[in-house]
Amino acid sequence: MATTATLHSHAPQGFIRKYIFSLDHKVIGLQYFFLALTAVWVGMFLSLLMRIHLVWPTASLPLVGEIRPEMYLSLLTMHGTIMVFFVLTTAPQGGFGNYFLPIQIGAPDMAFPVLNMLSFWTTFVGFVLILAAFFVSGGAPLHGWTGYPPLSAVQSAGPGEGLGADLWIASIAIFCIASLMGALNFITTTLDLRAKGMTLMRMPLTVWSWFITAILGLLAFGVLLSAGILLLMDRNLGTSFYVPLIVVNGQILGHKGGSPLLWQHLFWFFGHPEVYIAILPGMGVTSQVLSTFSRKPIFGYKAMVYAMLSIGFLGFMVWGHHMFMSGMSPYSAFAFSLLTMCIGVPSAIKTFNWLGTMWKGRIRFYTPMLFAIGFVSLFVSGGLSGPFLAQPVLDIQLHDTYFVVGHFHLIMGVAAIFGIFAATYYWFPKMFGRMMNEGLGKAHFWLTFIGTYAIFMPMHYLGMAGGTRRYSQYTEVAYLQKLMPIHSFMTYAAIITIASQFIFVINLFWSMFKGPKASDNPWESTTLEWTTATPPPHDNFGGRTPVVNHGPYEYGVPGTAKGFIMQNDPASTPAH
Amino acid sequence: MGFALLVIIWLITFGSAYFFIAKTWWLPVGAAAAAHWIDGQFALTYVLMGIVFFAAQLSLGYIVCKYRERPSSGPVEYSHGNTTLEVVWTILTAVLFVGLNLMGSSVWASQRFDPAQPGAVPVEVTGMQFAWYFRYPGPDGKYGATSVKLMDPSAGGEAAVGLDTSDPAAKDDVVTGTMFLPVNREVDLSMRSVDVIHSFFVPSLRFKQDAVPGLNIHMHFTPNQIGDYEIACAELCGLGHYKMHGMVKVVSQEDFDKWLAAREAEKQ
Amino acid sequence: MATFIPSSPVAHEQLGRGGGVTEPPVRGGGDDGQGDDGSDYVGRLRRARLGVAVAIAAVVMIFVSLTSAYIVRQGLPTFDSPSSSYVRDWGEVSLPLALFMVNTAVLLISSLTMEGARRSITRQSALAPVRSIPGVSLGEEWRFPWLGLTVVLGIGFLAGQCLAWSELRRRGFFIPTNPNSSFVYLFTGVHAIHLAGGVVALLWAGLTSLLHKPLESRRIVIDVTAWYWHFMALLWIYVFALLQFAR
Repeated sequence: MATTATLHSHAPQGFIRKYIFSLDHKVIGLQYFFLALTAVWVGMFLSLLMRIHLVWPTASLPLVGEIRPEMYLSLLTMHGTIMVFFVLTTAPQGGFGNYFLPIQIGAPDMAFPVLNMLSFWTTFVGFVLILAAFFVSGGAPLHGWTGYPPLSAVQSAGPGEGLGADLWIASIAIFCIASLMGALNFITTTLDLRAKGMTLMRMPLTVWSWFITAILGLLAFGVLLSAGILLLMDRNLGTSFYVPLIVVNGQILGHKGGSPLLWQHLFWFFGHPEVYIAILPGMGVTSQVLSTFSRKPIFGYKAMVYAMLSIGFLGFMVWGHHMFMSGMSPYSAFAFSLLTMCIGVPSAIKTFNWLGTMWKGRIRFYTPMLFAIGFVSLFVSGGLSGPFLAQPVLDIQLHDTYFVVGHFHLIMGVAAIFGIFAATYYWFPKMFGRMMNEGLGKAHFWLTFIGTYAIFMPMHYLGMAGGTRRYSQYTEVAYLQKLMPIHSFMTYAAIITIASQFIFVINLFWSMFKGPKASDNPWESTTLEWTTATPPPHDNFGGRTPVVNHGPYEYGVPGTAKGFIMQNDPASTPAH
Repeated sequence: MGFALLVIIWLITFGSAYFFIAKTWWLPVGAAAAAHWIDGQFALTYVLMGIVFFAAQLSLGYIVCKYRERPSSGPVEYSHGNTTLEVVWTILTAVLFVGLNLMGSSVWASQRFDPAQPGAVPVEVTGMQFAWYFRYPGPDGKYGATSVKLMDPSAGGEAAVGLDTSDPAAKDDVVTGTMFLPVNREVDLSMRSVDVIHSFFVPSLRFKQDAVPGLNIHMHFTPNQIGDYEIACAELCGLGHYKMHGMVKVVSQEDFDKWLAAREAEKQ
Repeated sequence: MATFIPSSPVAHEQLGRGGGVTEPPVRGGGDDGQGDDGSDYVGRLRRARLGVAVAIAAVVMIFVSLTSAYIVRQGLPTFDSPSSSYVRDWGEVSLPLALFMVNTAVLLISSLTMEGARRSITRQSALAPVRSIPGVSLGEEWRFPWLGLTVVLGIGFLAGQCLAWSELRRRGFFIPTNPNSSFVYLFTGVHAIHLAGGVVALLWAGLTSLLHKPLESRRIVIDVTAWYWHFMALLWIYVFALLQFAR
């Protein structure tokens, strides 16, 4: 058919065109996925070193030797940067979004396949650069993933703040460009390539989440890019955007008049939408999986869409809640605080709707479902510490303590990761044509669910007791020394939980080659990817164009032979 | 599996809540006038969020168990939602969150919207990699000029903050490494930084504020219990961030006057 | 615990792989099908235009954030310890107005030539069906080199900006001289980088002609580059106005 032909010529031949510089969104999606998988193991290794150092500061570890305080801060900086960018912004959107957005809307590929390929390889270059920072003279930067100047703007402010910091900025800038390219593709594809009958309000919630995430990325990453350019200029060209007149290591520096708060405003204007970029796809997957495995339509589809739209929109108006203690005007703080509490409302609606989806359903506890249920629990736990932090008067006590670290780890470091796990277990059969092992999957779930609660829940107690964050050790302040038992507990929990992730990796790779073969729709799911072959052919639908007649979550429909309706079943099949 | 989920989720809920309720590790005892209001708002938030936490987690556990698929399970309830319910719980949530926020805002306003009262004890706090210095303006009530050109952190004291001793107002300025304060009097802080962003955090006094280079930030609080309170830097400032430690000693007015007089005398 | 049950072969048939298919390729957005061979050029053009509009939104955000940095940096005072007071240090810059005005004119003219190129190739592609009727000849008309002229003018603008920068240096304003001068270089530099990207796109458009790519493909490239190019002109006017009037 001419439609598919114009977007796609024949399937590529040759190893390079097929696997390296592929233009096929499915291959690119897998490339992003495996990049994120590599990044997450690097990030976990860094956090393991951090947790060990906190409890045994003078220990000498294999491979890395003794971890000095500045090295701890480098580990911390790189852990945050790698996890936020190369895992949480890469796997859900670049990985699963790339693979499944076109198929779920009935398209043969993304709107701009060449741009898609370029966006992956640009991300890859960014990843190489960030890793390179470890190996240059001075090592990786120590200014935290948030990179506040003047610490990040002044080469002499600490080890790693030389070339390492420049590489860090360059890597992030390149990542910004890659993300903007990806966002362009996602938005154009969603708006323009939907199959006939796939109206906006029939799109699966996964598609909505990728679409809204792309809009957030489009509007936010440019701001981070600007912030980074200004920082590079302050560092290397002698400008004073962020740096006032300061004395570092006994030297009066040549800057004057700059505002450290300017960086914070620019960074967090990006940074807050970024955390919604990290979580929205996980919310989309959770909705999809909960509905499929409860055999019930999603409760309140429209409300779910509006909730995600509100979260995205409000997400741009709350950045100041990261800056309550920064010296910002207290009146601004009040405004940001009120808006932040408002953003809790759509999040709560989504939680109620997830519960409503499972209510009076018939729940099947396959591994994807376990991770989706886990997502809901973790999202509640992580989300409820938000109202504490959103109130500036309480933030006085809690800012820059482990309370914040616990909050964002439960949401980003666990719930969002559970979204990635749910997506992996759910879509693995479609991507690889085989089933993952259920027993290993369940073991992975239980160890990770309990383990991550064990690591991150105690951080709230630590924070309330005044346990400050980004401290390489608690040995110098008397009241902190008393809190060490919490750190010890968390470190043991971390060791066990990280070890449990081997179960996932083993299951993943083993099943790819040796898992039992999967049928086209093993989960009896209704969205378009399950109507095509497993794995999907090069143009996704084998030369045919789907026509959509139904909404995305028609499960438990009375009067149907099989109890559910695929999105492209004939229109005469009962229901909406 | 459904039952296992219920058990584990309920156990995690009760287990984590236990440590919150038992206050095993909790806010340190408040030694400032604002602590009463801040801790009150804290308690309100924590009770309300605690109720939501229990309600959400326990119902999640219950639902996944009750509606697990069994041979005896009836058909699902084919439903796309319930608009009335959506509207109701949206409004309730909004009222809860916004109401909570507005209540906390009045405490925030009282802490931060107004400057210190006249008669407050003026102290300037200067953060630098990796120590805190405190300057008292002395009997003339004016801080003397400082200059980066005169800074010598290794010399400590006046040289660390770059005090310009030629300025007449600087003659009676006292610079120390420990902060002494008289109990039950408001403190008018001026917060500065010499190099990077630091943050002056005294958990017992319920006080935290970033010290930003290029700014001179005014804040106030009122200590109301005699004692020694640790300062922990609360903004990543470099490799010595973990040991940027200091002490606030709250003493009686009499002891404070004696201490300050002794420091002034040393300057002669 | 339920064991996994693969779908039955019967369920397979009902899985809709055979359902809702074998209809003509009607697109979700509605294809008016003006391509003479039914190929999706109208769709591709629409898609490409949508893509460039989205890209422009991203570039707008970069300049919005630079503008807010400009305003904030201009307005925020810094604490001066010797005088114990807040001072502003924005500074003055003597802009090379004559050079900027000439460059503005060059860029605006290039927008006209760009539009000429766009309309020319639109006309060509409209006439292509006529041309392809055997026996019909419209003659080989000499086409005005709109595209080439636009490239020359675009490169001319960039050269003019380089001259403006050296004039600034001659007047003693370098990147770190004062915040005002830093922003002058920053805004004009970031704009120039984006414009250079547009020049590369134009060169690519020219190359597609030499490589005898299909007319419609070339038309799409020139069309979207034209919209981007016009945006670059508007952006330049904005930057110039900001630096001149908001200092």
